[in-house]
Amino acid sequence: MTLAEVKETLQAELLTQDSDLSLEVHSACASDMMSDVLAFTRPECLIITGLANQQTLRTVEIADALAVLFVRGKRPDQDMIAVANAKKIPLLATNFCMYDACGLLFNKGLCGVTEQVRKILGKDGCR
Amino acid sequence: MAADNTFIQEYSIKGWDFTRAGEASCEIKNILKQIGVSQDVIRRVAIASYEAEMNVVMYARQGTMRCEIDTTKIKITIEDEGPGIADIDQAMQEGFSTATPEMREMGFGAGMGLPNIKRNSDGCEVTSVVGKGTKVAMSFNL
Repeated sequence: MTLAEVKETLQAELLTQDSDLSLEVHSACASDMMSDVLAFTRPECLIITGLANQQTLRTVEIADALAVLFVRGKRPDQDMIAVANAKKIPLLATNFCMYDACGLLFNKGLCGVTEQVRKILGKDGCR
Repeated sequence: MAADNTFIQEYSIKGWDFTRAGEASCEIKNILKQIGVSQDVIRRVAIASYEAEMNVVMYARQGTMRCEIDTTKIKITIEDEGPGIADIDQAMQEGFSTATPEMREMGFGAGMGLPNIKRNSDGCEVTSVVGKGTKVAMSFNL
């Protein structure tokens, strides 16, 4: 799924400048706990979180994630957006709550990182 | 590089400095990229060292992170001056956490710190003296 599709699906706002929305995410990991993200995420995934601080960006860097989607109307401050611009990390924000945001993306074929779920749904369920 | 072809770099970590938290791990990650280490190993080193670095930032007054790279392995050693860990076996269990509400607000306290270090490294030893500090020594095979 491209970041443009994520943005459209969740009526999200792009917070960063000149971000390439044609980039594709192949999995997503949703948590407000960054250690959980570090434990379960895959490279080039979308991090879905309500945690809007510098540690979220560090986690992107450390875990080779592709982009961040903030949920529940959470917005990072301008300093954080400036850091994301400098590091070329796309930041999106939606007012949807985490569960609904995940549900809508899942419905469109963006799966998480649980291997069993990918096996159950197969290639048609997880794009 | 030292005479025996071991690259050594040391970083200092300051307690409760959330602005710089993670910088040392990111620098190590960049070094590993530059010398052509495989992406999988880089990612594992980065995650494990970041967790250890965050533990120092959250719990300790200060600490050091030492990175040693030779032709066969990467060793990362983090030593801190802090409260120490009374029961290391308990701290290694997934989900066990002593994080404060402030730490949870920063996105930590899932009880995955030490377990993440263990699961991402090829060798991991944690030693601690209550009231003095903790040492986490981890290694990664190249």
